[in-house]
Amino acid sequence: MSSQALDISGRGLGGASARPPVAQLVDVSKHYGSVRALDGLSLDVHRGEVLALLGPNGAGKTTAISLLLGLLRPDGGAATVFGLDPRSIEVRTRLGAMLQVSGLAPTLTVRETLQLYRSYYPRPASLRFLVELADLGELLDRRTDALSGGQLQRLMLGLAMAGDPELVFLDEPSAGMDLESRRRLWQSVRDVASAGRSVLLTTHHLEEADALADRVAVIHRGTLIAEGTPTEIEASVSGRRISCVTSIDLARLRAIGGVNRVERRGAATEIFTARAEDVLRQLFDLDPGLSALEVGGAGLEQAFLALTRDDQDQERAA
Amino acid sequence: MSQSAADVLARSELEPLERPRFRAVPYLLEMQAELLQTWRQPSFSIPTLLFPAMFYFFFGIVFGQSNGYSSYLLATYGAFGVIGTALFGFGVSVAVARESGEMLLKRVAPVPPGAFLAGKMTSSLVFSGLVLAELFGLAAIFGGVRFERGEWIGLAAALLLGSLPFAALGLAIGTYASGNGAPAIINLIYLPTAFLSGLWIPIQVLPEFLQKLAVVLPPYHLSQLALGVVGRSVGQPVALHVGVLLAMTAVCLLVAARGFRR
Repeated sequence: MSSQALDISGRGLGGASARPPVAQLVDVSKHYGSVRALDGLSLDVHRGEVLALLGPNGAGKTTAISLLLGLLRPDGGAATVFGLDPRSIEVRTRLGAMLQVSGLAPTLTVRETLQLYRSYYPRPASLRFLVELADLGELLDRRTDALSGGQLQRLMLGLAMAGDPELVFLDEPSAGMDLESRRRLWQSVRDVASAGRSVLLTTHHLEEADALADRVAVIHRGTLIAEGTPTEIEASVSGRRISCVTSIDLARLRAIGGVNRVERRGAATEIFTARAEDVLRQLFDLDPGLSALEVGGAGLEQAFLALTRDDQDQERAA
Repeated sequence: MSQSAADVLARSELEPLERPRFRAVPYLLEMQAELLQTWRQPSFSIPTLLFPAMFYFFFGIVFGQSNGYSSYLLATYGAFGVIGTALFGFGVSVAVARESGEMLLKRVAPVPPGAFLAGKMTSSLVFSGLVLAELFGLAAIFGGVRFERGEWIGLAAALLLGSLPFAALGLAIGTYASGNGAPAIINLIYLPTAFLSGLWIPIQVLPEFLQKLAVVLPPYHLSQLALGVVGRSVGQPVALHVGVLLAMTAVCLLVAARGFRR
């Protein structure tokens, strides 16, 4: 018991990686018919960390979560949670999950739903705790079919935490949320993490991974293509982002040598490149009236795009 | 007094779990949730509670009283009522829960295996009980039906117990049908077999070949069990009726179990 207690506070002491992971995929593959969803994916979730599984839609994130929940069986490799078969009742008792479903009894109130899910666990979190964590105070007597998308997601987070779990899976937790709801959800996830609970989060928002995760695993087409802290991932791809207001049209900009990508953001144009100096020289030649110039690091987003480049190219070709 | 979420989370509760013990609370809450849910869904509860009583009033009382069929049709409309409640209660709600992902959430959470079924069964039996109370009330007050106390109780017991095989059938349908398709599929089975089993008009009134055909229809066997309690059955052995209903239950549960494993 005391060693378990130490595990929680072990976060940040560098001890996490020395301990067995709380959830583990070892060389798993999974096919749906002829479609290969996962191809030799290995992944460890360490105790007390927030691991973001980052990847474009269809990368295999939800499949990975489903394997760890025991909802799917791997075709090859192994999925374990707490060193056990994910289908065992013990695992399900110690785990919480927020999935991409909104399957709740529509006519029950938030309070009734929370109490029902609390009852499934031998040592549930208190109702007051769940209400505070997921920010449900004003919604307790509202029927679940009267909740907005963001409110429903908060309730789903509350249900995931109903059993006071050691490990929480959050599958695209902020999908469909507006900015304000997303920030509130992030705060809740940070509360969960700061008490040493382990979190595995899937997202295709870099901002979300950056804001929440201790470690990011980038998966693409069912395989792990990069792993590290958000800063490490960002550093693994060198590149600069140039932002300016210019009259040069997009096609002309894309034709400049060394330009990887061009995007319009409002009045501004963003240019991503590994050769910022060359590109800048040409920009001034083409448009002497260029204004509002900023040059910065490309950020995690650019790193992510670079890592999943072939996917982008394919989409463009399609 | 108010603790922050992080404080509460920081409590260490990670000692190894003891072997899971039986706990009644999830069963009770699941039953309560199912009852509330059914009750608050007027599109289910109103037809379920009104149709059998309305049909019995028209056919069993308005038409039946003059020719002495009020008590006969009480048994068959009772069967009609509880079969519909069980089929729709189980079939539609399971199909919807599968489709919405509710079933998925319950699979991920450590829901005791029996609690889900216990909840649905309770709700189905309570609503069947309400349907029977309406029918019995109409029969006694407006239909002039007079039974011994034992006959009233026996009739209610036979119908409530006999509704369970149809709950199993509903479950089997619900594990395969979509939420929108389930009501249509159930009606397609429920309404014709109800008529052909002699639940709407006495079986003796049907053409002879249909009377013979009825032996393969489970609702026929439930109605004969109910009629037997009040001395109006056609006289086949009770074991035949019980056997057919048990066989249907077994087949449906197997089909449902296969469906859940998919």
